[in-house]
Amino acid sequence: MEITFLLNGETRTVAITDPTQSVLDWLRAEGLTGTKEGCNEGDCGACSVIVTDADGAKPLNACLMMMPHLHGRALRTVEGVAGPKGELHPVQQAMVDHHGSQCGFCTPGFIASMAAGHLNGRRDHDDLLAGNLCRCTGYAPIIRAAEAAQDAPVPAWMHDTLPDLADVALMADHVFLPASADALAEWYLAHPDATLIAGATDVGLWVTKQLRDLKEVAFLNNCKDLRNIEETHDRYIVGAGITLSTLRETIRDTLPSFAELLRRFASEQVRQAATIGGNIANGSPIGDSPPVLIAMGAELTLRKGDTRRTIPLESFFLDYGKQDRAPGEFVESVSFPKSVPDLACYKLSKRFDQDISAVCGALNIPREGDTIRSARIAFGGMAGIPKRATELEAALEGQPFTEEAVTAALPALEQDFMPLTDMRASDAYRMEAAKAMLIRYVRNAQGALSILEVQP
Amino acid sequence: MSVGTKKPHDSAQLHVTGAARYVDDIPCPGNTLHLAFGLSTEAHAEIASLDLSAVRSAPGVVAVLTAEDMPFANNASPAPEPEPVLAEGVVHYVGQPIFVVAATSHHAARKAARLANVDYKPRPAILTVEQALEANSHFEGGPVTWARGDTGAGFAQAEHIVEGSFDMGGQEHFYLEGQAALALPDDQGMVIRCSSQHPSEIQHKVADALGCAMHDVRVEMRRMGGGFGGKESQGNALAIACAVVARATGRPCKMRYDRDDDMVITGKRHDFRIKYRLGADAEGKIVAAEFTHLARCGWSPDLSLPVCDRAMLHTDSSYYLPNVKIKSHRLRTNTQSATAFRGFGGPQGMIGTEAALDHLAHVMGIDPLDLRKRNYYDPAGGQSTHYGQPVEDFILPEITERLEQSAEFAARKARVAKWNAANTTLKRGISLTPVKFGISFTLTQLNQAGALVHVYADGSIQLNHGGTEMGQGLHRKVCQVAASVFGVTDEDVRITATATDKVPNTSATAASSGADLNGMAVKAACETIKARLAAFMAESSGAAIEDVSFANGEVRAGDHALPFAKLVKLAYEARVSLSSTGFYATPKISWDRIKGQGRPFFYFAYGAAVTEVVIDTLTGENRILRTDILHDAGASLNPAIDIGQIEGGYVQGAGWLTTEELVWDDKGRLRTHAPSTYKIPACSDRPRVFNVALWDEPNREDTIYRSKAVGEPPFMLAISAFLALQDACKSCGPHWPDLQAPATPEAVLAAVHRARGDA
Repeated sequence: MEITFLLNGETRTVAITDPTQSVLDWLRAEGLTGTKEGCNEGDCGACSVIVTDADGAKPLNACLMMMPHLHGRALRTVEGVAGPKGELHPVQQAMVDHHGSQCGFCTPGFIASMAAGHLNGRRDHDDLLAGNLCRCTGYAPIIRAAEAAQDAPVPAWMHDTLPDLADVALMADHVFLPASADALAEWYLAHPDATLIAGATDVGLWVTKQLRDLKEVAFLNNCKDLRNIEETHDRYIVGAGITLSTLRETIRDTLPSFAELLRRFASEQVRQAATIGGNIANGSPIGDSPPVLIAMGAELTLRKGDTRRTIPLESFFLDYGKQDRAPGEFVESVSFPKSVPDLACYKLSKRFDQDISAVCGALNIPREGDTIRSARIAFGGMAGIPKRATELEAALEGQPFTEEAVTAALPALEQDFMPLTDMRASDAYRMEAAKAMLIRYVRNAQGALSILEVQP
Repeated sequence: MSVGTKKPHDSAQLHVTGAARYVDDIPCPGNTLHLAFGLSTEAHAEIASLDLSAVRSAPGVVAVLTAEDMPFANNASPAPEPEPVLAEGVVHYVGQPIFVVAATSHHAARKAARLANVDYKPRPAILTVEQALEANSHFEGGPVTWARGDTGAGFAQAEHIVEGSFDMGGQEHFYLEGQAALALPDDQGMVIRCSSQHPSEIQHKVADALGCAMHDVRVEMRRMGGGFGGKESQGNALAIACAVVARATGRPCKMRYDRDDDMVITGKRHDFRIKYRLGADAEGKIVAAEFTHLARCGWSPDLSLPVCDRAMLHTDSSYYLPNVKIKSHRLRTNTQSATAFRGFGGPQGMIGTEAALDHLAHVMGIDPLDLRKRNYYDPAGGQSTHYGQPVEDFILPEITERLEQSAEFAARKARVAKWNAANTTLKRGISLTPVKFGISFTLTQLNQAGALVHVYADGSIQLNHGGTEMGQGLHRKVCQVAASVFGVTDEDVRITATATDKVPNTSATAASSGADLNGMAVKAACETIKARLAAFMAESSGAAIEDVSFANGEVRAGDHALPFAKLVKLAYEARVSLSSTGFYATPKISWDRIKGQGRPFFYFAYGAAVTEVVIDTLTGENRILRTDILHDAGASLNPAIDIGQIEGGYVQGAGWLTTEELVWDDKGRLRTHAPSTYKIPACSDRPRVFNVALWDEPNREDTIYRSKAVGEPPFMLAISAFLALQDACKSCGPHWPDLQAPATPEAVLAAVHRARGDA
């Protein structure tokens, strides 16, 4: 199987022998060693590159991207950020001028992320760079550099024109790149043991860390019909292939608390690759989108061949590592309300940005006057699956919406969950923090500040 | 003159374009083999049987070696006691290398290394300091004790006494570039290219492993992608393995650790428990202090002894302790061998004392900064440290006063109290803490350096010195020294890779000493050549040699002036030697580590920081809001680079004390072995307001252009962040919150409960 893409502005056609080979390994074997391996799991950003597709340019982690992901896209590495005559890009010059590099090993990844942000006119540097770790500088000079370069014009060479490829599927032994969900559905019926790969932000680790050989794989990123967001008068129907980044943009104004949770979901590089379908389908107890989707009353549509079924999201998660999904069946879309005024999402982790939740709470507690009408509350990190706190919901319903009454209902949460102790938190702390989120919800409703809103 | 000006890192342009090469970026011959270690899964066990048949038959595998296959020394230790590269019958921690696989690709080696069939006979494992104390599992046979005065008499006259125990976690270096080495067999010997702070030690260890002399091994090191102490000794094993397999197979060998392997195999900062007892008189003057350090050293001595010494040396922090006793337990455990990390024990010793002082201030009901100032060393001199070094250059009272003003400390403290009174859920805290850090290696012999300088016939200058570049800007600073001596620009000076065949017998680039030592050695070499050039100029112009001056790319002698390059060309034609070595040995130091007495340090570097934080009392989540730093870099060689070290050191120190938590399970397995679970500070964790200024006063000692070392001291400025969190917890109730480090949300919430008395 051959794939075609642009590499630093030049068309490349590459024969694929190992479909799970990372773009990082391929680049470095090609002698493009500017892109570094720092962690090989998408957490440090040293391997960041710029990828352009129909949705625009974005920074991605090359260690988690597999070669077939590149088909039809444009890839720009740090070597391609400087101009054809060696002219420094404004972010490169600013990093030199503001002493933004010390050991220099993270620097190419920073340059890729900064140049992608610069290309898109972004100024939310802290969010853009949350996925790039630097151990030397303490970040201050890097942010100074990003700010110094933000108003400079985008150099002409940074604009990539995508290769003009027909929308056709590519297929070889054990690997399939469908161009539509229909093609995927048909192939998956015949290959139910295959691994479906969307952003590879999770499956990538099976390869880089667990060293697993994936026998049969399908890459979903060219299935355009999985990348739609439909809107009815009151609901979004979000295709499984929608990235968390696109989802965040879509709901920024309508579901601000969910959008803020997505701001803290992993990093820019991961949000630009990871899909909502993948975050649900992998069944992780600590994925951040399922608790909030459950609290909003989301419904999941699964497809097997031409058959579809729609279920409440919470019923998809059966047990740790076990989901209600038949062989050959895949997540096609998820739907949820466009407005949930009483929704609040709280992510608790050791580090605010780019961390995995110790506890992720999503609380949706509508009131009538001062009385709690109903409650939908779901948590991640508290059980083997993302799960509703049904006992607590029941204990809250009909109670006055006061700190005192809510506090009185909190012991019910111990009927819902028996959390574990692990490297992120102890069982007792998880329970206490989950309860504290209910108190925070009441206080926030009374106008209390969030810790992230406090100014120096 | 170049010295004293802001200049970018010498490789800045290469960094931003991706052209800077690290070990793994060096093009290798096509027949290069790639190595991976097979690791122990047990904390302490006898290897009853080792079946490597599946490893040997895995795709791409060319060779598999165990300890028995090591032809000469199987020893990676930087200390006198040996440390096997490959386990010899017994494994001592989860992650210890047992065998090495050489394969045709990095991935093939990693895959094969997991296929061993090892039958372990488990032995009891010692994982914690309590277990180690109970089992009397010490290095050095038992605790080391240093004392001054009579603490018994001191406590008897004390008006206030506090007692407590403070736990601080270790710290993973998380250099962005993992450990890596490449061995290229040569006609006679071996060429090693590595990512190491200590090329001479790599040379020594590889020679021992190959059974050859040091002159047969050439080690070259251009740059590291971060070191922080983690590449002082931890790269030895990779270089040795590569060299041995390269010798056995005749093929080049490269090894780089996958990040998870790196974190599981290599040592980290020592975690400490410090038990303290402080007594003060009615005025708050400390009259007695006792400390017990429990340091978890891991399975091998590595650098633990000098690390624990330095923790003891910094137990005074910035305070005169008339009666003091420090007992240090260096505990052997079945965990990774703890190693050097920026500060080298100093941070642990200092924060133990600073946390105890806050406790004392709390008990006395006085302001912690007042208590600190009352106990500062006398700036007029006349006092000595607990190890007998006179404190003659104490400038902290002035630094503190100026920082209090620039950071508006008193006003902000009042604002914090007011804000806290008005807020239920969120509480702010603020703290000012000082740093006094001793500069020099405590092993006196290491305080020497060499350099080699060539002036080529075209006037270009190439220089080499024993220091290594790990991001700290050492090469730029040293280049500025050479440019200043010759009166030329930095662009006229090129620094090449650190190489053991250019400058021999070098010390590790460590202890913040890189610029102090190597800058002086380079200056000496340059001045030798400059003196020859000056003599030649004087002779050819008829001027007196004292009238010859070098500046702005010109050499002047009275009315005569020549471009530097022109003079060099003429000197070459006149057969003047244009190459020289240089050497430097730090003066004034002497130290007896057994007695704990002497002058281990040439001088002290100082600084102070104010940090303001906010905590959420519902969950313990916390943020640094603002940091103000005033730091003493002497007459700075390069203010841009020094400010970079201060900002970066502070954030790294804040990471150690907040988000960075190492967690081992009850089987001794490290559960936080990748950035997904081990959280160094991210971009948004830096203080939003971050004011850093240099205390611009020349070093009173005769250092390189009167500058001061700046690598490690700023790390400890982050103690102010931790104590600001303690301060925020204190606002939650009347009791001592006893916050422990790292101050994760969980730890902060526990301290909030203690403050309220509901824990």
